[in-house]
Amino acid sequence: MRWIWIDRILELNRGQRCVALKNVSAAEDVLHDHFPPMGQYPATPVLPNTLVIEGMAQTAGILVGHADDFREKVILAKIAHACFTSAARPGYTIRYTATMESFGRSGAATSGVVELIDPDSGHIEPFAKINLMFSHVDQNRSGLEFPEHNFVFTSQFMDLLRQSGFSPRPEQRPPAIHQPVPEP
Amino acid sequence: MTMTQDDVYSKVQEVLEDALGVDADEVKPEVSLVEDLGAESIDFLDIVFRLEKEFGIKIDQAELFPEGVLNDTQYVQDGKVTDAGMQELRNRLPHTNLDAFDADRDVEHFANVFTVEAVVKFVQSKLE
Repeated sequence: MRWIWIDRILELNRGQRCVALKNVSAAEDVLHDHFPPMGQYPATPVLPNTLVIEGMAQTAGILVGHADDFREKVILAKIAHACFTSAARPGYTIRYTATMESFGRSGAATSGVVELIDPDSGHIEPFAKINLMFSHVDQNRSGLEFPEHNFVFTSQFMDLLRQSGFSPRPEQRPPAIHQPVPEP
Repeated sequence: MTMTQDDVYSKVQEVLEDALGVDADEVKPEVSLVEDLGAESIDFLDIVFRLEKEFGIKIDQAELFPEGVLNDTQYVQDGKVTDAGMQELRNRLPHTNLDAFDADRDVEHFANVFTVEAVVKFVQSKLE
């Protein structure tokens, strides 16, 4: 199962800001359960707001993890604020912008803005505000045991970073795929 | 400009309202953040971050919450804090009234020492 709710990272400014995109597609099964036709009402497929929050959690989680080169296991611990003014329909693009508000040994706080982009008109509409708290789980074990390996930032996230032209460590950063190829 | 105790209290009240999602009239000096306002462990980190921003101070979590004392066998025996443990807690938490806890000493009840008043006193000590 692929549990990744962002498609591409546009900007990753260490300890400050991460911007990511997600294209909402009718091919995603979840849209057809949310909401199916009901009586006289036709189907109204939209990305559930819980998954929009997950997309922001992944964007902001990468921002928090990247701040210390992904050494910490970063867990979403609290949705401090989530307010929606619209819904994400198929054919639209979601842009997540996560900003670091606080970062410490035990965790981090982020604020986030979500926008809907209409690829046809280019119109950009503010869609949601989502503020989150993350825990560095190894610093807050409360007697619990966790695996040694970083089970949060799996190869799915590392691959997404690389495909977007970013790497956990600056010295390993590959050329971004959208950069022009130098003349021979 | 020096902040008065009322100024500090008012700002702490706002921080707790936002961090814990409680109403202003629930935040009174004597109430416990955990028992009365429903704070969980991650809320304390949230409160620390918000206090840092609101008052422009830097807080090490260990200043507010005594790490390592309540799981150290030197300081806790049979679920009760020892005399040495009480002394250590008083040293670590000079801004917190531990008298009521001293009469009980059950580690399960320790979270009750974190009252609104204790947070206000802590912030005042950081501002001095």
